[in-house]
Amino acid sequence: MLGIVGTVPDESFPLTCGRIRLDEEFIVIKGIKVAINRGTPALIGAAVKTGQVLGLTEIKGFLVGDIGLGKGSRALYHDLTLTLPQMRLDTLVFHYLQPDVDWHNRVIFAVEEMEKRPKLIADAGFMYAAKMSGQAPSYDLFTPDVGELAFLADETAPHPFYTRGFILHQDNQVPDLISRALEHGNAAQHLMVKGSTDYVVCKGKIIDCIDQPSADAMEAMGGTGDTLTGILSALVQAGFTIPEAAKIAALTNRLAGVSAQPTPASQVMDIIRQIPRALTHALETLKISL
Amino acid sequence: MFGLNLSFFKKKENSPAQVPKKDLGILVFENTSEVIQAENFLKSKGWQVRVMGPPPGIQSGCDLVIEFPLIEKLLLLRQLSQAGIPPLEMVPVTHPLLRPVDLFHTKDFGEYLMVRAANMKLTIHKKTRRIVNVSGGGCPDVPFLAQKMVGQHLDEAPRPGKIGHTLCGYALEIAHKEMIRQCSE
Repeated sequence: MLGIVGTVPDESFPLTCGRIRLDEEFIVIKGIKVAINRGTPALIGAAVKTGQVLGLTEIKGFLVGDIGLGKGSRALYHDLTLTLPQMRLDTLVFHYLQPDVDWHNRVIFAVEEMEKRPKLIADAGFMYAAKMSGQAPSYDLFTPDVGELAFLADETAPHPFYTRGFILHQDNQVPDLISRALEHGNAAQHLMVKGSTDYVVCKGKIIDCIDQPSADAMEAMGGTGDTLTGILSALVQAGFTIPEAAKIAALTNRLAGVSAQPTPASQVMDIIRQIPRALTHALETLKISL
Repeated sequence: MFGLNLSFFKKKENSPAQVPKKDLGILVFENTSEVIQAENFLKSKGWQVRVMGPPPGIQSGCDLVIEFPLIEKLLLLRQLSQAGIPPLEMVPVTHPLLRPVDLFHTKDFGEYLMVRAANMKLTIHKKTRRIVNVSGGGCPDVPFLAQKMVGQHLDEAPRPGKIGHTLCGYALEIAHKEMIRQCSE
């Protein structure tokens, strides 16, 4: 089973764990509807849409309301330390959570107590805490954008906000940033670097670059990185290796983006709607049969 | 008024912020939104304080601290307490502090303009000045801020510095300020 951990931008949203389904432009968990705009709901929306094509019937969400004060995240972290050891999950994705190194470590201890260790994917706030904890290499996959890659490459920065300028300016030197992140032990086993070119990285080595098709406007749209991580997570759960899944996901997200004919004012749901058709197209293009 | 004549505390452009100084202290708060409130309060009182990244010993992952002249500790503490935002701790600077990002990247999409500060991007429709997208970031207030700001006029949208709570929120505040500056030129 695929598990997705994250937050929704509503303080009153209770700590909720359960199977997720889609209802038009909402995700539904334990009867509660959440609008898909960006953040974890966008990741989940993309994963569920991908799962529809791949035949994944069960995606489990671990969600809580948090608007940045961290109270919800801490409640969720606490719950995970208690419940994860009894769970069976193949793939576990951590997403928009208040970065907190101490809680991160407690959650990872709980993961280590699971009967079978799931593949671990981290993005957004949880990835920041994972890097800061010094345990990045124990993750199977990080999915940073280029700015976040610069943060991973800066061994002193505890958050992208503090990435030093001389590193931040290396926008066009992704390979150097990858090497630097690896050198300081701040890279997961695999990286999917999201940007105008998407890079698939395995143990510090770039094994694929995907830059077509492209829609320039996607850079301004909130949530396009979340959809890529969501598609990728569902593909990993479906049994693809991480490098295969990353390549298919990057192409799918690009095809979905281009199909939506976006402007910088487009919203992420415009892309999510296109995912099933885009994934089918991507699999055909890459000559992969299910 | 308070602290205005402290010449040693004036920003020195040529001295690296990372170098610890014995005469400086940091104010540590419960969360980033309290730091932002305290920063706004202290600046309104004339203090030339600076928000910085904490030294390694007290980093938890999403922190800001306020750098202040240590000699003014009691006066500052009294004012912050009276304002209802007392710090958790006031400690001398003994380690290098991290400098927040001060680089901007602007991209012109024709009808739209995007400004990026650190990991946060803000995009507006140039003609109407409406905010059309917020992207980037990884802290939980980013989707919340996007929900509140997208669709609003740049000048009327809630300020991320007021309703945000994390470093991503603070970065969006910087991007918002920069967008306002660029649009007023």
